[in-house]
Amino acid sequence: MSDATQYRNVARIKLSDLPLLNMDAFKNVILNNVQNGGVVLAFFGAPAMTVQNGVCIYAIIGTATTGCISVHRTEVTDAYPSLTPEVPQLHWFERELAEQWAITPEGHPWLKPIRFMQQAVNGKNILSGGKTVVAGVTDYYSVKGKEIHEVAVGPVHAGIIEPGHFRFQCHGETVFHLEIELGYQHRGIEKALVGGPDKRTPFFMETLAGDSSIAHGFAYSQLMGALLGKEMPKRALAIAACALELERLANHTGDLGALAGDIGYLPTLSFNGRLRGDYLNMTGLICGNRFGRNLVCPGGVMFDVSDATITELKKRLATIFKETRISCDLLWATPSVMARFENTGVVKKEDGIALGWVGPAARACGIDMDARAHFPFGAYLDRQMPVAMAESGDVYARAHTRWQEMVNSRAFIDATLNEMPAGATRTDVDLMGKDIPEKDTLVVSLTEGWRGVVCHAAITNREGRFAVYKVVDPSFHNWFALAMSLRDEQISDFPLCNKSFNLSYCGHDL
Amino acid sequence: MNANNVMMILSALLLSPLLFGVINRVKAMFAGRKGSPLLQTYFDIAKLMKKGMVYGNTTSLMFQLGPVFVLVSVLLALLMVPFGPIAAPLSFQGDFILLAYLLGVSRFFTVLSALDTGSAFEGMGASREVQFAAMGEPTFMLGALLLAIHTGEMSLSGMVREIQFDVLSPATAAVVLLVAAWMMLLLTENSRIPVDDPNTHLELTMIHEVMVLDTGGPLMGIVTYASGIKLWIFSALIANLLVPTLSAGASAQAGIFVGIVLLIAVAVGVIESIMGRVRLRQIPKVLVGTTALVATALIMTLAG
Repeated sequence: MSDATQYRNVARIKLSDLPLLNMDAFKNVILNNVQNGGVVLAFFGAPAMTVQNGVCIYAIIGTATTGCISVHRTEVTDAYPSLTPEVPQLHWFERELAEQWAITPEGHPWLKPIRFMQQAVNGKNILSGGKTVVAGVTDYYSVKGKEIHEVAVGPVHAGIIEPGHFRFQCHGETVFHLEIELGYQHRGIEKALVGGPDKRTPFFMETLAGDSSIAHGFAYSQLMGALLGKEMPKRALAIAACALELERLANHTGDLGALAGDIGYLPTLSFNGRLRGDYLNMTGLICGNRFGRNLVCPGGVMFDVSDATITELKKRLATIFKETRISCDLLWATPSVMARFENTGVVKKEDGIALGWVGPAARACGIDMDARAHFPFGAYLDRQMPVAMAESGDVYARAHTRWQEMVNSRAFIDATLNEMPAGATRTDVDLMGKDIPEKDTLVVSLTEGWRGVVCHAAITNREGRFAVYKVVDPSFHNWFALAMSLRDEQISDFPLCNKSFNLSYCGHDL
Repeated sequence: MNANNVMMILSALLLSPLLFGVINRVKAMFAGRKGSPLLQTYFDIAKLMKKGMVYGNTTSLMFQLGPVFVLVSVLLALLMVPFGPIAAPLSFQGDFILLAYLLGVSRFFTVLSALDTGSAFEGMGASREVQFAAMGEPTFMLGALLLAIHTGEMSLSGMVREIQFDVLSPATAAVVLLVAAWMMLLLTENSRIPVDDPNTHLELTMIHEVMVLDTGGPLMGIVTYASGIKLWIFSALIANLLVPTLSAGASAQAGIFVGIVLLIAVAVGVIESIMGRVRLRQIPKVLVGTTALVATALIMTLAG
């Protein structure tokens, strides 16, 4: 591990400073980092510089204990030896790479499409076997045996949710294996971002995953700030952090209610449904949009908060949070609820480390990583955010971790509103993308959305436009955690396990 | 059959969909909502009856006949249920056994038409339904045995007529236990919380609802109506244990009886509002516990 490749969150990295490793060195440095507790935050391709028709692979690894992000790269042409057997957390990344850049990870244990893209950047498709690509049509893992039955759920579901296909291999009521196929929502956003930034870019960012508009918008804004060399004023960072925590409060509240709903426990379902709306309305009070669209932008925030608004926000937060506490405490105090939450959908810490899970789902099985605490950014550099953790890795742990995070978020917003920095809310940045970013530069920007770490990485070309813009939503890391939580679990508990993760389909499909 | 019988059967036929309305209204009140109209189930049935039929390609005639058999068997079962002091239109020695098996027949046809669709979901639901029904049956049978011993009668109408409420007697305590056990049986048989969740949209967790996922239109209307009758039958069985033998006139007694049936619907609504479902794996334990409750009551009756 050379110090030259260790960076802080949102650091600006000249491409010329990044050594181009050979495959062996690349593999070793990743192994080394992962063995030291690193999580692969992004693993993606870019056009190669030295090899004709080649692909430059970038690996971005974050190590919570040091707070450092390391960046490594290598170049390959058609194929390379797969890293997945030794670094299992790369398994989806390598499938993605094979699909997007038509390079084969030789020896990948389960190589198949991940988003059912029609073709790679160079027009090829190495995963379809020459057939037309249809979402969901692929090989599935299947268990053979007289007493085995297969249950297929989706892509169209009974609830009003996004499309995804789930295949269970069952023995009676017990699930041996669950395979999750996504990609139905693939919109080609990363492709559309190449050549940017332009006036469409912020809108793409805020709709990457609609329930994480602020997390993604914030990640993009601070990334652009680094590329343009224009930092957000303190007041803007404080407002953006409050919005991010309100997003977390709204979603966690809604999900705790939905967890109660899945087991037919009506009181928390009903109250949290209303309370979620109250938190969204607080965001609406700041910027006029309940999901915080157009609030955080490159250079700052678009809306200032007046003293009257701050007073109103504080008043509302006190009331709403008090009610949220009463509603959520019902969960922990009702035996029939706890009987369902405890020991359901247990995932193990070692699996989480090996597969690179992030966010509350990872913290609920004892993995200590939170971008706000370990890769601090914005207002979290000034005001420390405690990390909410649990050990048991079951539905209860995930639910209770979220509750603890809500308590922390509330305290954070309170403190921030009380000590709101004075000054401007924006620096002068052209929102239509007319400012030219730093050329031949890589910026990695992390924020902690309510599902976990959001990673944006942009590489600019010689003209200062995006050559590659990589987005990794926390859902991309965590979908496999849901599959793992169903191993030897009852199929009737799938909806409850699913809700305890509540992952994004569109955030994964991009 | 006399005028009182006709009146009580008619009230069952007319009022049974109201039970769902009462349950949903109680749940809405707990949730702080206004809730759907009390008569919503009637509107639903009327709407379903006006719709066309859509059948899956894999289904046979069995799928279409299933709901009809279900309705016929619960209607026959209804004829054997006494209405408090008013005897059932059909009453004979051992009628409770026929009642149990008529309900079994209705379940059999629900399961057959579910399996007929060939859907993984419906097969799963059928398997769960049959398992839990088998475990619920002893609760009913032991309860009927208890009443037979308690009253010395072998027909349901006779049992209800002869039931005695001496305060502080072990026999009365046994009847109270029986009410609790049969309430649990009602929740199980009618797919209510804590055993099943009639409001869920999550197919993988369903027991009863998942078996009729492919059923639509008038067939669904029949299924909905039949489940109303079934809920009425179980509520009426419990109401029979509770209805006080007053010297009031027949119409007053009938009114009290219907009132108790509606109160049971309120109780179901309250239960559904304050607790969650148990895990599917734990349901057998609940049912075994219910059986143990009746067995205890039976021992108390024998000892008393």
